Amino acid sequence: MIEVIEIEKSFNSQKVLNGINLKIADKELVAIIGKSGCGKSVLLKHIVGLLMPDKGNILIEGTDITTLSGGDLDGIREKFGVLFQGGALFDSLTVYQNIAFPLREKTKLSKKEIRERVLEALEDVGLRGFGNRYPAEISGGMKKRVALARALITEPKIVLFDEPTTGLDPIIVNSMHRLIMNTHKKYGYTGLLVSHEIPEIFEVVDRIAMLHGGVIVEVGTTEEIKNSTDPIVRQFITGSLEGPIEPLG
Amino acid sequence: MERFLNTTGSWALSQLSRMGHMLIFLINALYFIIVPPFKFRLLLRQIRFFGNKSLVVILLTGSFAGMVLAFQLYHTLRKFGSEALLGPAVALSLIRELGPVLSALMVTGRAGSALTAEIGIMRITEQIDALVSMALHPMRYLIVPNIVAGIIVFPVLSSIFDLIGIYGGYFVGVKLLGISSGTYFSQMENYIDMTDIRFGFYKSLSFGVIVSWICCYKGFYAKYAAEGVSRATTEAVVLSSVLILVWDYFLSSVLV
Repeated sequence: MIEVIEIEKSFNSQKVLNGINLKIADKELVAIIGKSGCGKSVLLKHIVGLLMPDKGNILIEGTDITTLSGGDLDGIREKFGVLFQGGALFDSLTVYQNIAFPLREKTKLSKKEIRERVLEALEDVGLRGFGNRYPAEISGGMKKRVALARALITEPKIVLFDEPTTGLDPIIVNSMHRLIMNTHKKYGYTGLLVSHEIPEIFEVVDRIAMLHGGVIVEVGTTEEIKNSTDPIVRQFITGSLEGPIEPLG
Repeated sequence: MERFLNTTGSWALSQLSRMGHMLIFLINALYFIIVPPFKFRLLLRQIRFFGNKSLVVILLTGSFAGMVLAFQLYHTLRKFGSEALLGPAVALSLIRELGPVLSALMVTGRAGSALTAEIGIMRITEQIDALVSMALHPMRYLIVPNIVAGIIVFPVLSSIFDLIGIYGGYFVGVKLLGISSGTYFSQMENYIDMTDIRFGFYKSLSFGVIVSWICCYKGFYAKYAAEGVSRATTEAVVLSSVLILVWDYFLSSVLV
């Protein structure tokens, strides 16, 4: 479904991705973990074609998106739903309009059908009655839930979650994780999730990939990662200050 | 010497590349202006945005510009015994020059800066990325409505500026300095023709493109959080203002 092959990316001569390889199967839910600033969001942006690699290939359902542009790339993007780090809700639109936006712009559904879908999505994320609020009038956790509803409203084949729980309290973190699991079960999408929530994330995803130093140092099931002997993975999941990862580096 | 040439050369090349980038941005926007679907609702919103933000400041500056102009011209014209020409002198200065230029500068400061900040915030909060990830082109949704709104609104605001300026001049010339009302307006009809009005219209139309283009461009490529947006806003206002004056000079010499 998604295959990342040897991708490299530098910003102002600083190499962020240095030969990433990752394969995600159809309907699989995979988390990318790693230190802040190690390039997890950059990797996600490559997968949806918001950034293009300096080297390497990205295959989405067998199509190499690094060779595409314009309408062809948009055709691939239509398979995606993306939940951005800060939600990326449109400030000038209400919660209802934000969720309805992709349907209004990308489908030929009637107003009534759109309304039904949006109300159902609001119900799913526990925000019934908040449709008329503007993003500035709701909390951070609510914004992420609205962003989740917007990302899923077109029932995409692939969903990318960029730190869906960062900055939220533990109860909301758990409710977001439950929402992701429920929607994954309901819609059957292929998901890639960037997260710092350890150990909670082990209960949510099928596999975990650890990104460090611009490469994927280990990929495995949650059990394999928990029992990993790799010193980088061990240090990261235990949160230890001693080890190969420099805490403030 | 070699070092100086190297530095100057690389600076010139980077400026050239930046100008090329800006030009490609404009050409891209013009392409989306003519290719459907058109976003009329967004266009109306942006017309309201420009008009709403700028109308009061246009009324204020227009009236005072007309009043100052009348004062200054009255004293100059009196030396030649031509006070009767005050009306056409005020109107011609406003219609051909001051109306388009001053209104464009005012809109740049008021709505242009707000536009850059708004688009810049959309950039740094990933709202533009969100549009792209939905396979929707930000040019169509963010840039085209603003450029078309600029083309529509600038001539209208410039006309309002001219009108209110002429009445500001009337207040000073007729009510304060004692010129007869009939002289003020009747002489105007004799000295102003459609060419002058067209001249001002072309100017404000092109200023509309310049301001909306520069302000959108700077916001669209804003970087590095709040500081980046603030820098983009300053650059947009300064560059738009400079370009308005440079383009004004160019048009004035071409459209004599």
